[in-house]
Amino acid sequence: MNQFLEKKPLLEVRFLSTHFFTEEGVIRAVENVSFEIHPGEILSLVGESGCGKSVTGLSILRLIPSPPGRIINGDIQFDGMKLLELEEKEMERVRGNEISMIFQEPMTSLNPVFTIGNQIMEAILLHQGLHKIEARKRAIEMLDRVKIPFPEMRVDAYPHQLSGGMRQRAMIAMALSCQPKLLIADEPTTALDVTIQAEVLRLLREIQREMGMAVMLITHDLGVVTEIADRVAVMYAGRIVEYAPIETIFGQMRHPYTKGLLDSIPQLKERRRRLNTIPGQVPNPMNLPEGCKFHPRCYLMVEECKKEEPPLFRVNGDHFSRCIRWQECY
Amino acid sequence: MAQNNFLIQIRDLKKYFYRERIFSSDKKPIRAVDGISFSIQKGETLGLVGESGCGKTTVGKSILRLIEPTSGEIIFKDQNISLLGREALRRLRPHMQFIFQDPYESLNPRMKAGEIVGEGLEVHRIAQRKEKDRRVSELLEKVGLHPQDALRYAHEFSGGQRQRIGIARAISLNPELIVADEPVSALDVSIQAQILNLLMDLRDQMGLTYLFISHDLRIVKHISDRVAVMYMGKIVETGGGENLFQNPLHPYTQVLLRAIPKLDPSRRKEEALLKEEHGPILPDRGCLFQPRCPHHRERCQIEEPLLLEEEEGHLVACHFINLIITKRSLKNVLSLVG
Repeated sequence: MNQFLEKKPLLEVRFLSTHFFTEEGVIRAVENVSFEIHPGEILSLVGESGCGKSVTGLSILRLIPSPPGRIINGDIQFDGMKLLELEEKEMERVRGNEISMIFQEPMTSLNPVFTIGNQIMEAILLHQGLHKIEARKRAIEMLDRVKIPFPEMRVDAYPHQLSGGMRQRAMIAMALSCQPKLLIADEPTTALDVTIQAEVLRLLREIQREMGMAVMLITHDLGVVTEIADRVAVMYAGRIVEYAPIETIFGQMRHPYTKGLLDSIPQLKERRRRLNTIPGQVPNPMNLPEGCKFHPRCYLMVEECKKEEPPLFRVNGDHFSRCIRWQECY
Repeated sequence: MAQNNFLIQIRDLKKYFYRERIFSSDKKPIRAVDGISFSIQKGETLGLVGESGCGKTTVGKSILRLIEPTSGEIIFKDQNISLLGREALRRLRPHMQFIFQDPYESLNPRMKAGEIVGEGLEVHRIAQRKEKDRRVSELLEKVGLHPQDALRYAHEFSGGQRQRIGIARAISLNPELIVADEPVSALDVSIQAQILNLLMDLRDQMGLTYLFISHDLRIVKHISDRVAVMYMGKIVETGGGENLFQNPLHPYTQVLLRAIPKLDPSRRKEEALLKEEHGPILPDRGCLFQPRCPHHRERCQIEEPLLLEEEEGHLVACHFINLIITKRSLKNVLSLVG
């Protein structure tokens, strides 16, 4: 069923815990998170704000601001390397070269005083050891690849001279300039209009296929997930609560939180008077409930859920759910 | 139209912004809203949908005169309010309220929730002290908060709760019209649904009329009776919600609908939706959508299409609707055969 499973994973995250030690208390942003990404696969981490999806992405690149943040436990294997044990110098060779990251807001992550070309060339010059003229040629190639019209001209444009969609394309060009094996894309289309979002997602998928690159897509938007992901990890309160191939998540989800998320989205076809909602709100990360973190909002909650945190149950093959009543959830 | 039930009617509303330039005499304005007309019946919800920069927020703020329109008529309950003076406008304010997008920026962090919700009651001398406190408690309960929350500061609440405070403030004076500008866009998915349900409940209980502004077609479809689609300062299509979504006629509306992710991994979009952006996106004349339109013809570059009625209550601004319809039904036939 899953063509990726036979291959050896490119990235393996095991029992990752990242905590933030603040004056008010400890925020357990990520707790015992394990997953893997295979070469050429798109895995999506999906969840609402504060669920720990971005912190997971930053932890892989070791970009957690410290203090107050610290990776307190876990093992991250990438292409034969143990990332958490690398020296900072070695880690710098991985960042932007073998693993790249793109962020939500292209305007804040591009430097306004340098041209697009200069910013793409920076990574190429740093990692690939090319000559300046060759690097510029590569930058133009990359702009062409992300379908920016007139790349020879746009290479000398400043970020403010491009539209939002163009800027995000330029960001993608920059991230891909060193042909990374893994791209971490954190809400890459959230700031864009729907029509532009559709174009950028299509482009991302096309390039990903061509280059055989793996992608870790971080998003809150289940729509984006359906358009592009192969497998999905749903996160809630710092944990993965459901982990499955894309068709399974949308067809046969087995966790009440996933079900709640899907039911909250208005449907285009039918007209329901009221939307089904998940009652209550996301818990305060400094003060998480005992037992299953979702139990105060869960319609399947029983006494047992309050006492002990459930493990990830195997539903079948490559489908996992962190719910003791997963058999009753559909 | 002799007798009608329209709560608000907008005629040829324009809002131009002029760039202030020191060294050049460029007097060409930015036409944020360029000749828009629509009306909303009492108790009806009109969804105004479009992408960023299309002018939808400017429309919302102009009709409440939170910003001054360049020209056009705004008729609220048979009274032209586009020319009202400050005092008359102040007396009208309780009847029309605004809900803002960002519950983090639109509430004063130095004020307690109770003060925010009760401010209007005091300013308009509707209720004081004890009576005000009682009304505030009622309002907070109505939007799903606790009366005790009145004593907490705005920053102590989560995004969804803050939006509830914003809604309580908006309904505190028993308004008739509420302009809600992207009221759920800043919220998490599970919270969005809660707030949408609240807005619909309040509409039913209080007989409210909404102008609901959003970029999200799913949400607009869910809450609206009628929908108007904006592109670059103009309405390109408007019609009954159900009809517009089942049978979109303007190429831009069709693109917008196709661009929505379908929540079904077997129906991924593979083809391009729009023409590639080349030169300037805003043409000097003709149809504004023509540079990106997949169906455009020569005529579109010369002549601007008017918003005309194609079916009852369904208005479209496009020269080639018939052509597009034929093309589409042909495609349907082909897909049935193939």
